[in-house]
Amino acid sequence: MSARRRGLRRLTGHVPQPLMIGAGILIFFIVLAVGAPVIAPYDPIYQDISARLAPPSLVHPFGTDNFGRDILSRVIWSTRIDLQIAFLGVIFPFIIGTAAGTIAGYFGGLTDTLFMRLIDIVLAFPFLVLMLAIIAILGPGLASFYIAMALVGWVSYARLVRAQILVLKQSDFAMAAKSLGFSHWRIMFRHLLPNALIGSIVFAMSDAVLVLLNGAAISYLGLGVQPPTAEWGIMVAEGQAFISIAWWIATFPGLAIVLLAFGFSLLADGLGEKLGVRP
Amino acid sequence: MSTPLLKVDGLTVETKTETGTHRIVDGVSFELQKGEILGLVGESGSGKTMACRALLRLLPSSRLSIPKGSVRLDGKEVMDLPEDQFRAIRGKRIGMIFQNPASHLDPVMRIGDQIAESVRFHHGGSKRAAEERTIELLQQVGIPDPKERSRAFPHEFSGGMRQRAMIALALACDPDILIADEPTTALDVTVQAQILRLLKELRDARGLSIIFITHDLGVVAQLCDSICVLYGGRVCEHGPKERLLAAPRHPYTAGLMGCQPAIGATGERLRTIPGYPPTVDAMPTGCRFHPRCSNEVAECSRRQPPLEAYEPDHVAACYNPVGEAAALPAKESA
Amino acid sequence: MSQAPPLIETDDVVLHFPVSGGGALGLTRRAVKALNGVSLSVRPGETIGLVGESGSGKSTLGRALLGLETVTGGHIVFDRAAVTGGKRQELSKIRRETAMVFQDPLNALNPRLTAGEAIAEVLRVHKKVPKDKITDRVAELLQMVGLDPALSARRPQALSGGQCQRVGIARALAVEPKLIVADECVAALDVSIQGQIINLFLDLKEKMNLTLIFIAHDLAIVRRLCDRVAVMYLGRIVEEGPTEAVFSAPRHPYTAALIESIPEIDPTVSLPDAPMQGEPPSPLNLPSGCSFHPRCPYAEPQCSRDPPPTLRRRDDHGWACILDPGQLPRPQTATRLQNA
Repeated sequence: MSARRRGLRRLTGHVPQPLMIGAGILIFFIVLAVGAPVIAPYDPIYQDISARLAPPSLVHPFGTDNFGRDILSRVIWSTRIDLQIAFLGVIFPFIIGTAAGTIAGYFGGLTDTLFMRLIDIVLAFPFLVLMLAIIAILGPGLASFYIAMALVGWVSYARLVRAQILVLKQSDFAMAAKSLGFSHWRIMFRHLLPNALIGSIVFAMSDAVLVLLNGAAISYLGLGVQPPTAEWGIMVAEGQAFISIAWWIATFPGLAIVLLAFGFSLLADGLGEKLGVRP
Repeated sequence: MSTPLLKVDGLTVETKTETGTHRIVDGVSFELQKGEILGLVGESGSGKTMACRALLRLLPSSRLSIPKGSVRLDGKEVMDLPEDQFRAIRGKRIGMIFQNPASHLDPVMRIGDQIAESVRFHHGGSKRAAEERTIELLQQVGIPDPKERSRAFPHEFSGGMRQRAMIALALACDPDILIADEPTTALDVTVQAQILRLLKELRDARGLSIIFITHDLGVVAQLCDSICVLYGGRVCEHGPKERLLAAPRHPYTAGLMGCQPAIGATGERLRTIPGYPPTVDAMPTGCRFHPRCSNEVAECSRRQPPLEAYEPDHVAACYNPVGEAAALPAKESA
Repeated sequence: MSQAPPLIETDDVVLHFPVSGGGALGLTRRAVKALNGVSLSVRPGETIGLVGESGSGKSTLGRALLGLETVTGGHIVFDRAAVTGGKRQELSKIRRETAMVFQDPLNALNPRLTAGEAIAEVLRVHKKVPKDKITDRVAELLQMVGLDPALSARRPQALSGGQCQRVGIARALAVEPKLIVADECVAALDVSIQGQIINLFLDLKEKMNLTLIFIAHDLAIVRRLCDRVAVMYLGRIVEEGPTEAVFSAPRHPYTAALIESIPEIDPTVSLPDAPMQGEPPSPLNLPSGCSFHPRCPYAEPQCSRDPPPTLRRRDDHGWACILDPGQLPRPQTATRLQNA
């Protein structure tokens, strides 16, 4: 009965702990990114040959790499590029996928079949292989990475939103909107989509983790961010050769990736709990 | 009278929210004799379902707790029993059926297997014996071709048949008491009439006691022996059906009767109760019904009225009851 | 009684929903036969109740009337515009001049819009009032349905069920419709609130000369509110006529059984000792002949053999049965009212 649902009314005042911690971590990285020139003690690409492979100390808290660059400064500067990867790598698939999912789910029939077949085709290829193929065609670089993400990543959003729209369009309020003579456009994007969006926003948060790791992987393979730009993935790749004699080169950027990914995961969990969706 | 089969005394359920602790069931007391059908009547938020869940200690959320209250079964207190001993009471002594049997039956298990499982879990015995008992139960609840139909899955049953299967499942452990939570609300009227008939027959045949939770006074009038009306988590009136319906004392009971159109005359306005039922976090002070009550006196908003007996077994909690030789001129607007 | 031309008229409307997965291989095409030849006409200013059990097709008919379902056969004409023609222009006329009120008041409102926004949107889309007058009109509509305009800032979750339903009605009235279809609009509400909503409809009917199609399974409410009533069973109208006539002297055994099955508050009027057996069969698989014959206590061999009886009419009261008027016993309630 409706009354029971009323009792379970969304608890507006309550902020779940994961949401708070996750948001805290994200804000921390945003501050690092914005304040990098002030916060970072050294120039991230300045090479101090005299201090090569220095272990963590008071002068270089995270140590230095094989070119004598300060790891802490490089980790801080990387924040800028990695947050950008997480944001742009999610936002394009999000927009394309949500729009496609809404249209496919709402109209159904032939439109839906066409979209679903297209999604099947994209899904038929392993994610990373398809990404690499697209980047190989477009040439290495971040722009290619974003385009590849958009071309491959939208399918998850499209499937998620389509499923939600399929349910929502059967709901009474969709029928009400139709009976009131609203246009398809209005029903889709003003009535159905806002209600389907919560799920994909929560998914976007967990997707950001994957995008971040993908970005790191692509850079690691030399197809994303190009050296000497500081980026966590590249730093881990470069540090790998020295892991037995200078563990700190790969470890600290690796920890940064883990921490940011953890932050996004918590954010996804917390948002899901707060908005009543399971990520 | 002898010891009642079930005696609930001062049962209270609290819920914790950000706005504090609220009582959704506040000191509910009632008795149930062997073979009696008691109607627990109330609107949403009246606490009727929660009170019954609480007496089975089946509260749906960890935010809910039972700070006090006593439940005596055959005169023996069961509220302080440890959980593993209490489990023997659920099902075996007290069974339950619900509004929506579809969601309380396992969709991928044959109806007969579900009932047989319950029979064996509580009584043991051979598989054959359990199957025979299952068919017997299905026959008792009026399912035609019970042998055949016990092989069916829940989705192959119609709504009424599913409710019958649910009743058979509840009867599998031979309980003394059946708690029926709006079992006919989702059914068509013609099917509802059949189920009400069945419950009456089961009472007559097995001496089953039934607590029937509903919002429909018509159903209560047809089925029950006594009626307990709840509002805002409290009992406002309790008594034998005939007396309570003929001369309701609490203005809420009277109002509720006025709201339910008898299939009488057309076109005229219904008597209504103004306003809306209170929500958990905004319970009025004093008598919880006073903001909607047409019989309100000054005392109502200050103190909670106690349950007063008008006849030996007809009690109501009101400072200015209905039918009291016009205590105040402001009476129910007809 | 045929003075004004009907506002909406249906002629032999058939509506079947195809479902897949019949037969052993799932290849057989089956269909839910929701409507099987419904002819009904509603005059302006009339309130007509559509009653029946689940699967009777009453809700489907309501939606089909407003062009929200595509019919398989037959015609629906609303105010000289064909609902069933599929012409954009005519369909948009219907959408502009009709409105619907739904069963679940909470679900019928978009959870993301406040009450005021939901009503304002209708005014904006249909350009009912100038932009600067929208707020005033929203307040006016809310007052019309008995709500404090201050509630317009609330979202549905922050309103009670009864309040949500009032918002739903206000939104329907915002269209300034010639016809409102209310689909089980009090079934989900508390008893004490149902009466309020019914009284609101009675007020609105008086004040605005609304034409109302009221779909409900609660016969007592229909009797209060409606001028006429149409009883449906498995996608057909089995009885139709003035409310008083139908309730006091039903001519179809199904109507009689339906009236007898209502539990009355008065314990002296008891439910029948032998209630009507069985449940409505699945609309996937209709019985031959008269769909009601398997449950009918008066069934004759011809009922399952002959094609379903058509609606016979006498004194503006139609029924689809071989029995003649007066052959059915009068319901307990009717005799009681006479004695009173």
